[in-house]
Amino acid sequence: MSKTQMTGARMVVEALKDQGVEVVFGYPGGAVLPIYDEIFQQNHIKHVLVRHEQGAVHAAEGYARSTGKVGVCLVTSGPGATNAVTGLTDALMDSIPIVVLTGQVPTFMIGNDAFQEADTVGITRPCTKHNWLVKETDRLADTIHQAFHVAMKGRPGPVLVDIPKDVQFASGTYVSPKQARTSHYQPQVKGDIETITKLVAAMETAKRPVFYTGGGVINSGIAATQLLRELVEATGFPVTSTLMGLGAYPANGKHWLGMLGMHGLYEANLAMHDCDLMINIGARFDDRITGRVQDFSPRSKKAHVDIDPSSINKVIHVDMPIVGDVAHVLEDMLRIWKSRGRKTNAEGIRKWWTQIEEWRAVDCLKFEQNGKIIKPQYALSRLEALTKDHADRYICTEVGQHQMWAAQYMGFNEPNRWMTSGGLGTMGYGFPASIGVQMAHPGALVINVAGEASWLMNMQEMGTAMQFRLPVKQFILNNERLGMVRQWQELLHGERYSHSWSESLPDFVKLAEAFGAKGIRCDDPDNLDEAIKEMLAYDGPVIFDCMVEKHENCFPMIPSGEAHNKMLLGEASTKDAIGSKGAVMV
Amino acid sequence: MSALKIKKGSSSHSAYDLRDPHAEAIERHTLAVVVDNEAGVLARVIGLFSGRGYNIESLTVAETDHTGHVSRITIVTTGTPSVIEQIKAQLGRIVPVHEVHDLTVEGPSVERELGLFKVAGTGEKRVEALRLADIFRANVVDSTLESFVFEITGTPEKIDAFAELMRPLGLLEVARTGVAALARGDTSK
Repeated sequence: MSKTQMTGARMVVEALKDQGVEVVFGYPGGAVLPIYDEIFQQNHIKHVLVRHEQGAVHAAEGYARSTGKVGVCLVTSGPGATNAVTGLTDALMDSIPIVVLTGQVPTFMIGNDAFQEADTVGITRPCTKHNWLVKETDRLADTIHQAFHVAMKGRPGPVLVDIPKDVQFASGTYVSPKQARTSHYQPQVKGDIETITKLVAAMETAKRPVFYTGGGVINSGIAATQLLRELVEATGFPVTSTLMGLGAYPANGKHWLGMLGMHGLYEANLAMHDCDLMINIGARFDDRITGRVQDFSPRSKKAHVDIDPSSINKVIHVDMPIVGDVAHVLEDMLRIWKSRGRKTNAEGIRKWWTQIEEWRAVDCLKFEQNGKIIKPQYALSRLEALTKDHADRYICTEVGQHQMWAAQYMGFNEPNRWMTSGGLGTMGYGFPASIGVQMAHPGALVINVAGEASWLMNMQEMGTAMQFRLPVKQFILNNERLGMVRQWQELLHGERYSHSWSESLPDFVKLAEAFGAKGIRCDDPDNLDEAIKEMLAYDGPVIFDCMVEKHENCFPMIPSGEAHNKMLLGEASTKDAIGSKGAVMV
Repeated sequence: MSALKIKKGSSSHSAYDLRDPHAEAIERHTLAVVVDNEAGVLARVIGLFSGRGYNIESLTVAETDHTGHVSRITIVTTGTPSVIEQIKAQLGRIVPVHEVHDLTVEGPSVERELGLFKVAGTGEKRVEALRLADIFRANVVDSTLESFVFEITGTPEKIDAFAELMRPLGLLEVARTGVAALARGDTSK
C-alpha cells in the first residue's frame, strides 16, 4: 500500500499507524470531527480522552519521557490549540518529542475570524521546534511524517501540524514514511574527533574532574546511559546530574554525588565549584545550575557535549565544545581513552574523593522528624523506602518545594523513570503526565508527587484516570501553602506572604470519592507507613492527602545571584542571605 | 557553518545576568541565510530576533531559486562577538534554514543597497540636486517640473551620505531596500 487515494482524515490515522503510534491523547471539537470519525472506525490506535487540552500535551510528554518514543496529541482549532500552548512550551524547554495535531477552520475561511479560529501556527511558532499548516491533502501524509522526523531527530522537541477541516475531508495521495521528504533535516551526531581527543587527554591528567550530566543523556537513548555508566566506572570520576538527567547514572552507583543546582546537594555543588575539569554531557548550563555565572566553577577547564550548537557558549564559555549526540560522543571518548591506555591521575582522584567525602559528611539532607507533624522530607523518605524496590516504578512531580524534595530524597537507578517539568516549571504538569506514563506502562507503579496547589491546576484529569482505569497514585504534600513562593517571600520579601496560601481547599478524600477514586488522608507520622501501604495496595487511582509541616523550607539552597560555594544549608543561615541583586532574579 | 569559532575570552550572558551588555565591543555583521521558501519562514527568523532580543539593522528577503523554492535572507545585525555567535547558532537550528554565512568574517564580500529619493524643488536647489545625483551616479527614474525621483545603488554608507546631501535640497520621501550581499570570488556561499 505505497500509494493510495484516501481522505485527509483517513491519512492522519494511516500516518500515525505507520509511525508506530499506539496511543493518542486528545479532545474532539468541530474542526477535528472528520479525524475523530476515522478514529472511531479503527482499532490500531487507542485514544485517551483527556479533560483539558493542556492535560493532553502533558500526558503525551509523560508518555514520551517514560518510553523514549514520540507522544501524540489531537486537539481542535482555536481554544483547543491555545490550551495546548503551555504543554508545547514545556516540551520545548525540556526537549521532549511530541507531535500535536490541531484542527483548523477550512482553508477558505482562514483569516475571516471564523468560529474557533486562531492563528495556530503563528501562536505556536515560538513554542514549537517547528510547525506546519497543511493546505493541500496531497501534502498531509508527507508533512505528518516530517513532523515525527523533526520531533525525534537532533535535539528532540514538540512539533505541531495544523490541519484545516476541508483538507481532512478532501482526498489525496498517501505516502509512507519512507517516501516522505526528510533528508534536509539531519543534525550532526558525530562529535569532532580532535576535540574529543583533547578532552580525553585532559581526563588523563585531571586531579579534580567531575561529570555534569543532563537530560541529553536520557534523550540520546539507552545506549548513552550504558556508555556513561561504563565511562564513570572505568575512570572513577564523580558524577552529578541536573534535575532532568536523574537516572542516567544510578543513584545507588558508587560515584554518584546527587543532584546539583539551586537545591542540589552540597557535595555536588562544591565539586562543581572546585573541580579542575568539568565534563558537561547533555546539560545546558541552566541558570538554576550555574548560579552567578561570573563565579561559576572559576578554576576549571570545561568540556560541553551537546547536540544543539546553540547551547554551546550560550551561558558559560567552554574550552572543549563538542557538537554531537551523547551516545556517539561517549562511544568515541571511551574508544579513544581505552586506546591511549586507560590512564587517569589516580593519586589526584583519590585525594579528590577524600575531599568529596568530607563535604558529604556535612549530610546536607539531614532533617529531624520529631513531634506529631509530618515533615515533607520524612514523607518522601518513607515513600522512597516503601517503593524503591518495586520492580517498575515511575515518579512524576508537579512544580515547587515537593519537586525539589522528591529529587533530593528519591533515588533513580534507571533512565525514563522520572518525569518532571524542569525548564518551564509548569505547575499542573505532574498529574496528566502520570496518566501518560500509566498509559505507556499499564502494570507499573506510577506516583505523582504533588503539592496541593499544583495538583489543583489540572485536577480535572481525575475523570481521565477513572475512565481509563489508570491506577495513578497522587501523593500530595499538603501544606496549604504555595510552598516555594512562601519560602521566597520569607527569604526575600520580609516575610510578607502575599497570596501564597489558598483558603477553601477541597477535602481531598471527598474529592477522590466524588470521582469514584480512593482518598486517603494522613496527618500523623506514626500512621504514615500504613497509609502509604494502603495507597500502594489499592488497585485504582488514589488521592493521598499528606498533611505536612506548613512552613518547612527547602534546603540546601543556593540563593539566586550567588556562587555555588555560598550555599545555605538550613534555617540558621538564611538571614539576609539574598542581596538586592539576587532578588531581581527568579 | 560552525558555531564554535568563538574568540577566546568572549564571555557570554544568561537571561538573568545583570551585567552591562555593552561591556564588550559591539560589532556589525552581515549574515546570509539560505532558507526554504515556505510559509512563515521569515516570521521564524524575525521572531527569533525579537524573542531573544537581538538587533536587526536591515533585513532583505527574496526567492533566489524559483525551481528549488529557496530564498536568501540578508540580515545586518549588531552585537558582541558572543551574541553574534549565538545568533548564527540559533538561526542554524531553525528547521527550514539550510545555511548560515557570516559574510563579515568569511572573507571579503560586497554589499549593496538600493534607495529611491523623492526631491522637490525649483531653481538653484533643483539644479544642485541633479548635479549631486550625477556625482553619486544616481539615476532619475521619475520627473515632474518640480520634483525628481532618484534611484541610487551602493553601500549603505553611500546612500546615507546621499540622503544627507538631499535633505536641504527638498527631500520629501525615501525608500530603501536594505542590504543585499555576496561573498567575493568564485565560490558560492
